[in-house]
Amino acid sequence: MRFRKFALATALGAVVAAAPLATAPASAETVLKAVMHSDVKIIDPIWTTAYISRNVGYMIYDTLFALDAKNDVKPQMVDKVDISADKLTYTMTLRDGLLWHDGQPVTSEDCVQSLKRWSAKDSLGQKIFTGFISEISAPDAKTIVIKLKEPTGLLLFALGKPSSNVPFMMPKRIAETDPGKQISEFIGSGPFVLKRDEWKPGDKIVFTKFDKYKPRSEPASAFAGGKVVKVDRVEWLAIADAQQAVNALSAGEIDYMEQPPHDLLPLIKADANLKTFVSSATGQFTMRPNSLVPPLNNPKIKQALWYALNQEDFLKATVGNAEYYKVCKSYFPCGTPFSTTAGMDGLLTGNAKKAQELLKEAGYDGTPIVLMASTDLPILTNLGPVAKQLMERAGFKVDMQSMDWQTLVARRNKKDPANAGGWNAFNTAWVSADILNPVLTAYMNAACDKALFGWPCDEKLEKLRNDFMKAPDLEAQKKIATEAQVEAIAYTTHIPLGEYSVPVAMRKNIDGVIDAAAPVFWNITKK
Amino acid sequence: MFGYILRRLVSTIPVMFIVALIVFLMLRLTPSDPAAIIAGDNADAQQVEMIRQQLGLDKPIFVQLFVWLKSILSGDLGESFFFKKTVTSLIADRIEPTLALAAFTLVIAVSVAVPLGVFAAMRRGSLLDRLVMGFSVMGFSVPAFVIGYALIYIFAIKLQWLPVQGYSRIANGIEPWVRSLVLPSLTLAVIYIALIARMTRTSLLEVLGEDYIRTAYSRGLTPLQVLTRHALPNAAVPIVTVIGLGVALLIGGVVVTESVFAIPGIGRLTVDAVLARDYPTIQAIILLFSFVYVMINLIIDVSYTLLDPRIRY
Amino acid sequence: MSDRAQTQTFGALAKLRLPPAAREPAIVIPAIILGILALIAILAPWLGTIDPALLDPTQRNKLPGFVGQITLPDGAKAPYTFHMGTDNLGRDIYSRVVYGARVSLIIGALVAIVATAFGLAIGMVAGYVRWSDGLIMRIMDGLMAIPPILLAIALVSLSRAGLVAVIVAIAIPEIPRVVRLVRSIVLSIREEPYVEAAVTAGTPTPILLFRHVLPNCIAPLIVQATFVAASAILVESILSFLGVGIPPEVPSWGNIMSAGRQYFRIFPHNMLYPGICIAVTVLCVNILGDALRDRLDPKLRKRV
Repeated sequence: MRFRKFALATALGAVVAAAPLATAPASAETVLKAVMHSDVKIIDPIWTTAYISRNVGYMIYDTLFALDAKNDVKPQMVDKVDISADKLTYTMTLRDGLLWHDGQPVTSEDCVQSLKRWSAKDSLGQKIFTGFISEISAPDAKTIVIKLKEPTGLLLFALGKPSSNVPFMMPKRIAETDPGKQISEFIGSGPFVLKRDEWKPGDKIVFTKFDKYKPRSEPASAFAGGKVVKVDRVEWLAIADAQQAVNALSAGEIDYMEQPPHDLLPLIKADANLKTFVSSATGQFTMRPNSLVPPLNNPKIKQALWYALNQEDFLKATVGNAEYYKVCKSYFPCGTPFSTTAGMDGLLTGNAKKAQELLKEAGYDGTPIVLMASTDLPILTNLGPVAKQLMERAGFKVDMQSMDWQTLVARRNKKDPANAGGWNAFNTAWVSADILNPVLTAYMNAACDKALFGWPCDEKLEKLRNDFMKAPDLEAQKKIATEAQVEAIAYTTHIPLGEYSVPVAMRKNIDGVIDAAAPVFWNITKK
Repeated sequence: MFGYILRRLVSTIPVMFIVALIVFLMLRLTPSDPAAIIAGDNADAQQVEMIRQQLGLDKPIFVQLFVWLKSILSGDLGESFFFKKTVTSLIADRIEPTLALAAFTLVIAVSVAVPLGVFAAMRRGSLLDRLVMGFSVMGFSVPAFVIGYALIYIFAIKLQWLPVQGYSRIANGIEPWVRSLVLPSLTLAVIYIALIARMTRTSLLEVLGEDYIRTAYSRGLTPLQVLTRHALPNAAVPIVTVIGLGVALLIGGVVVTESVFAIPGIGRLTVDAVLARDYPTIQAIILLFSFVYVMINLIIDVSYTLLDPRIRY
Repeated sequence: MSDRAQTQTFGALAKLRLPPAAREPAIVIPAIILGILALIAILAPWLGTIDPALLDPTQRNKLPGFVGQITLPDGAKAPYTFHMGTDNLGRDIYSRVVYGARVSLIIGALVAIVATAFGLAIGMVAGYVRWSDGLIMRIMDGLMAIPPILLAIALVSLSRAGLVAVIVAIAIPEIPRVVRLVRSIVLSIREEPYVEAAVTAGTPTPILLFRHVLPNCIAPLIVQATFVAASAILVESILSFLGVGIPPEVPSWGNIMSAGRQYFRIFPHNMLYPGICIAVTVLCVNILGDALRDRLDPKLRKRV
């Protein structure tokens, strides 16, 4: 008897267990499987500037303001903002019905605390909070009041800052985490919920649609407008080998691939089931010299770099297909408001003769330039060898040292002489959203010891950057941005090496991809 | 017998201690800085220093060693620097694919290689023998990832019989699980088949030359009876040894195969952890693999007594 | 020196030189092929190659046989046929493969030499200096328990990537196997009457080791070294594949393959030519090793 009961229970259990398996296809849950440019190891997008963490941020968190497709600041979580006549008091009201993923309502106190944590980490946030804001408060559950010491045109831009670190909103108890430590609870008010139990670094990270998310009524435009989610579940799979990711896309094992290498695009074009989408946001290659240690602490020798290098060679070697690159002799992305070629006359032309002359004048003694080259990120791999060849033609002695990106990141913080574990130069890339203006452009920070690795030290440039924050309107900002570019070229904080775009590849049945500076997954449909 | 196993078990303790010491010193004495990596691209020196303190990397090396050994002894492998998870749970997440891959490979390799080796030995000098021997040398001469790409190109892209990449957990159904494992385990099995087929042939040839085999034949037994009753059992010890030694090979191969096929197993965790300088994870994985290796060797030694009645401990 | 040790060693070595060895195809053919590869490596600059690091962004990913031009160091252009095509930086694959022979063969040879030299020295000490035996062998057991590839990956990627780091990282995991081999030989010889006689006669240990032990190790070590060399060339390619090998601008066969693997569906030549070179080389070394073992190691010879 007992045995029979047990058998029955087991049989029932089997039926019950089998039921969901049998009905799963019928419920037609739409799952979007994507391969991103990197695996997600860290989620806290305030703590790290890694782009992949920022992208996770756009899934699960929301922002007070956001940039639209025209790079104009639009309210996102905020319903309306009142600015006092003297431009010193900003009163913001949150939208109705905003909820955290745990069901609690979003309050202004949460937001104030989130802004505080962000401003402790983000360089623009730091500048605004320490230089301009006198008081930030939450008089009631829906209102945030920010009082300024003096006016700045950048406050709302900062609150809608599109790229790392984005001021994402988090519940107060989480935002109270020491900014130097990572958060361990991932609750946002964004359009997707993180499936914490399914997050397996090195394997996949899973998001599901947040049913109670209240999108704005406007159509989606870049990071602004209504974030309407049209799939039930998004999975980001870790496939490190790009060719394998393309193969998986062809085979229908994945739906979306963020950054297929340019050399593999012919495979995608040849496949009738696949298509690409090219975002209007671009990336910029750049060379960062170390202004602290010899020989590149000599401005004249740094100046020779401007003549030795040319953008075409870098772009051809890394991107190849002219459809996806653009020569752009401006620090600020071509096509954005502050873009200008001022100060670039005759520069970046690959003029080896002129560079040799400058080196002679400067008395360059042939000390090798230690050029750090990263070898594991496909888009950066080819920059080093091209730089080495161009510099050698111009009379530099170059000691190119290959290393993986992580090693490079560790080593570039070292202020030692180049032959004692330090460095002289390296190449990298960043997206347009990071370099829209002289304050945002991290490498233009010329505050000596307080500047980023490379430690440029230029009082005039720092003053221009401060002026930019106080500039009352766009015209004044433009004038200062141009002056800042000319000054930064004269000092050589860094060297722009051209713009590129990386298409997104996807199956034909995927539609509605938003054109933004970071990949976002609302509005995407899968038929 | 029991005493022997106990003695062998005890003798693994110093070996594991040495492994731990080697791994720890290797990580600490090479110039790499996990703190800077964790701090991220735009961190300043102060943030890096703060993280170094949080991780305990600012302490003297022997203090770090002591702390680590103490926590291992209490069964705690520590927390990953990078993944914000305990190393134990990281490994637990990854163990299934690797075990499945290894088991599949082992089954494929043994079931293909032993018959191949037997046929080659029985028909010594024939075309088949030469083919088997040729294959077994070739198998050692081609990097595993090349074999993997070739298999993917043929069976996944051209013929579309099997998935290109990925691993389907056994909980999601047996069929997708098997399908996801076929190509990776074939890739991994090639070198293993080469090794085992070769050893089977060699040791069988040796046995076939012995007097008692001739006696068996003279007693009127068929070749099959001679093979199964006398030859194979006596040739088993070297075959089993090589299967066990091959486990080290298998572990190395797992790293490559998992990278080619994007299988979220321990092999890929190793590469990820090394590139991220995730000390606790690297230490734990190497300890784990070494432990597995030592244990398998122990099991092999013990199995000798079962396979070969002449060996007693 | 005793007669026995002498005959054994010199007998084994003599077999290499005498006609029977020269008539055995399993030794002669791979030896000739490896000789040719070594010649190619040495003569690389004179084989119609160009600078293997010379890149040209306008001539990327060209198929074999592409007729293009190269920029000479003085800036002048010259016509050039890329017999094996170009890679994704526009470098000549033919030149890289030819120069790659240097790097890959050097890695194979040096790893074999380093591993056997250290293995020999440590093995002799362990086998002869009794008090050190336990300690050394426990360390070797520990090293052996760590899967060789994992050890190599960790060693290379944690130190600064370079040729020396790669050679050391591949050699270290091989050392314990050599140590065991040498130690076992030393232990068996130590008990031989002629060695005991030499000890009684007061021969200093170093001379003892050099005269009696070393000659007995040579034959098995040569065999061991060939297998180490073959595996080193393969491991180098695996390290490059995993992104922890020697710097990618250094042309080794493994590096050329690993740079090409991302594009092997479109540009298979990137992987094909270096792949063939690796397979042929390793195959030859393995066959040579097998044949030498059969010849030099009488115990194993009886088996096969």
